[in-house]
Amino acid sequence: MKSVSEQFQALRDRQQCALIPFVTAGDPDLATTAIALKTLDRNGADFLELGVPYSDPLADGPVIQAAATRALQQGTTLDDVLELVKTVSPELQAPIILFTYYNPILNRGIDTFFKDIAAAGAKGLVVPDLPLEEVSGVLESATQHGIEVILLVAPTSPKERIQAIAEKSQGFIYLVSVTGVTGIRTEIQSRVKELLEELHSLTDKPIAVGFGVSQADQAAQLRTWGADGVVVGSAFVKRLANTDDPQAGLADLEAFCQELGKAVKGT
Amino acid sequence: MRPDPLGRFGQFGGKYVPETLMPALAELEEAYYRYRDTEDFKTELDGLLRDYVGRATPLYFAERLTAHYARPDGSGPQIYLKREDLNHTGAHKINNALGQVLLAKRMGKARVIAETGAGQHGVATATVCARFGIKCVIYMGVQDMERQALNVFRMRLMGAEVSPVTAGTGTLKDATSEAIRDWVTNVETTHYILGSVAGPHPYPMMVRDFHAIIGQETRSQCVEKWNGLPDILMACVGGGSNAMGLFHDFIGDTSIRMIGVEAEGEGVLSGKHAATLTQGRVGVLHGAMSYLLQDSNGQVQEAHSISAGLDYPGVGPEHSYLKEIGRAEYYSVTDQQALDALQLVSQLEGIIPALETAHAFAYLETLCPQLSGNPRIVINCSGRGDKDVQTVAKALGNLS
Repeated sequence: MKSVSEQFQALRDRQQCALIPFVTAGDPDLATTAIALKTLDRNGADFLELGVPYSDPLADGPVIQAAATRALQQGTTLDDVLELVKTVSPELQAPIILFTYYNPILNRGIDTFFKDIAAAGAKGLVVPDLPLEEVSGVLESATQHGIEVILLVAPTSPKERIQAIAEKSQGFIYLVSVTGVTGIRTEIQSRVKELLEELHSLTDKPIAVGFGVSQADQAAQLRTWGADGVVVGSAFVKRLANTDDPQAGLADLEAFCQELGKAVKGT
Repeated sequence: MRPDPLGRFGQFGGKYVPETLMPALAELEEAYYRYRDTEDFKTELDGLLRDYVGRATPLYFAERLTAHYARPDGSGPQIYLKREDLNHTGAHKINNALGQVLLAKRMGKARVIAETGAGQHGVATATVCARFGIKCVIYMGVQDMERQALNVFRMRLMGAEVSPVTAGTGTLKDATSEAIRDWVTNVETTHYILGSVAGPHPYPMMVRDFHAIIGQETRSQCVEKWNGLPDILMACVGGGSNAMGLFHDFIGDTSIRMIGVEAEGEGVLSGKHAATLTQGRVGVLHGAMSYLLQDSNGQVQEAHSISAGLDYPGVGPEHSYLKEIGRAEYYSVTDQQALDALQLVSQLEGIIPALETAHAFAYLETLCPQLSGNPRIVINCSGRGDKDVQTVAKALGNLS
C-alpha cells in the first residue's frame, strides 16, 4: 500500500481529484465496517478515512456522534479497530487514514500508538483536537513510524496560521469547508473557493476539502474550484446506519461511492 | 507567572480544540489582556460587583460550627465562612459571568452561550445577559434540568433559552461538549462564557482571575479581623472555580494549607463518583490536559455525584498542577457525607449551603480531629442550597 503522499502524487500525475470516504469503525459492527472498506476501495475511493469511536467527539455533528456512541455501545475499542485495519489493509489499494481524538492516543502512549497503527497498516492520521500548537509533541514519533499527520485549516484560520499549518501538514492539507462541526449541508460556501485559491498560492501540497460535503454535485464543484481531494463522511455513515438491513446499507454505500467517484473524477 | 504563554501549568492546560476555534481563543486572550487593566473596564466591573452583585461578601465566623468541632477543653479550629452564597444569584459564579460579559460586549459579540451543571453558572450567565440585553443560550443536560428544575425556571424567566442536551448521561460533560460545538459553529458572532477554570487557554486563567477577588477580599478581611492570615483554606472542587478563586491570592503564602474536596458520589469502590484528582489519570477533555476519569481505552467515563455542579469527569488544569507540585491537597467525600454536612450547617448556623459547598463542610469531620491548636480555617461557602432542597428532600425522606 502506498503512503498518503505517494498516492496523492500518483493521482496528480493522472491529474485526478481524490475521493476520501469516511466511515466510523464498529458501526453498525466491525464486520460491516470491514466489508464497507473493501466496497469503497473497489468503487472509486482513493483513500479511506476510518473514524475511531470516541466518547466526546467535539468536532463531530449528530450523525457521526451517534455512530460513535453506537460503536462504543457495541464495545468497539482501539485494539479492535487496529485488528480490523490489520486484517483488511492487505486487500486494499487505498491508503487508510485514521481519524481519532487525542485522548485515546495519549492514553496508549504517543510512541506506542504510532508504532501500533503503523504495524496495523495505517498510513495517515487526522486528530481534530490537536491544532498546530499542540501537534509538535507527536510529530517525531509519527515520522519515526512512517505515519503522515494531516493538519486541518478552517475558514476562520488567518493567513499566517494557514501558512504555518501548510508547512507542517504531511500528506495533504485538510481544509474544513464550514465554520462548524461535521455533518450534511445543502450547499458549499463560496468562501471555500477563495480559501482553496489562497492555500494553493501558499503551498504545493495537495488540499482535500471536508466537513459538510454530502452530494455528488458538491464534490464536482469542489473539483472545479481546485480541490485535490474531497472528504465525505456523514453521508456515508448515515447510509450504513440508516437501515435495519446491513446488506441494503452496503448496497447503498456502493452506489453512492460510485456516483461520488464519477463526480470527483469528472467522468 | 502561570500559565505560560501557551496556557500551560506545568504539563497541564493547553489548547486541544478544533482549528476553527483557535483564532477565537487568540482573539479572546488578546481582548482579555487589552481590557482587563483599563480604567474603563475595571471601573465598570468593580461598580457592578459592588452595586449589582453585592460585594464584598462577608467573612463570617461560624461560632456554633466551631463549637461543634471544639475539643473538650474548648480549644480547636476556628471556622470562618467566605460568604459567596450571599452574592446576587446565590453563588460565586456571577463574578466570572460578569467579567466575561463585559469582555463580550467590548468584543462586539451579540450572542452568548454557556454550559451549566447545577444551573448556578447558567443562572449567573442568564442574569448578566439580561442585564446587558445580550441573547443567551444555556446548554444543560436533561438529567440536570430535572434535578435543578428551579434554576431552569430562573434562567427562562430572565429570557435565556435553555437547550436540553440528551447525549451521554445528560450532565455537565455533555452540556459542555454541546456548548463547544455551538461555539465552533457560531464563533464569529458568539462568545462562550465557560463557567469553570477548565477548558482551553485562556479560560482557566481568565476564570481564575475573575474569581480571584474571593481570595483578595479574604486576605484583607483576615487582616482586619485578626491582623494575620488564615492557616487553612478549604473549598469544594468540581471544575474548581470557587477553589481557585479562594486559593489564587494565597499560593505564594506557602505556610497556608490549601484543601480541595471532590465528590466521591456513592464511594470510590462503587465506581460511581466524580473524584477526578484523587482517582483519575492524566488526559485531555474539553480542550485542556488535566486529570480525567477515563477507562483503560482512554474513553471519558461518566461521573456521578448527588451534586450536579461537581458531577464532572474533568478538573481545571491548575488544580492538577497544584496537586502535582504538592502545593494543594485534594480529598473526597461521599454523597451521604455531604448530605450530613448540609444538615449540620443548616441546623448549627442557619445557613443552607449548596450541595456542592456541603462537600467542603463535610471534610471538617476528617480534618478537625487531625489538627492541633486553634488554626483558622476559611471555607469558601460558594453557594446557597435553595436550588437543592428538592434533591435533598428526596434523599433524606421527609424530615419530621
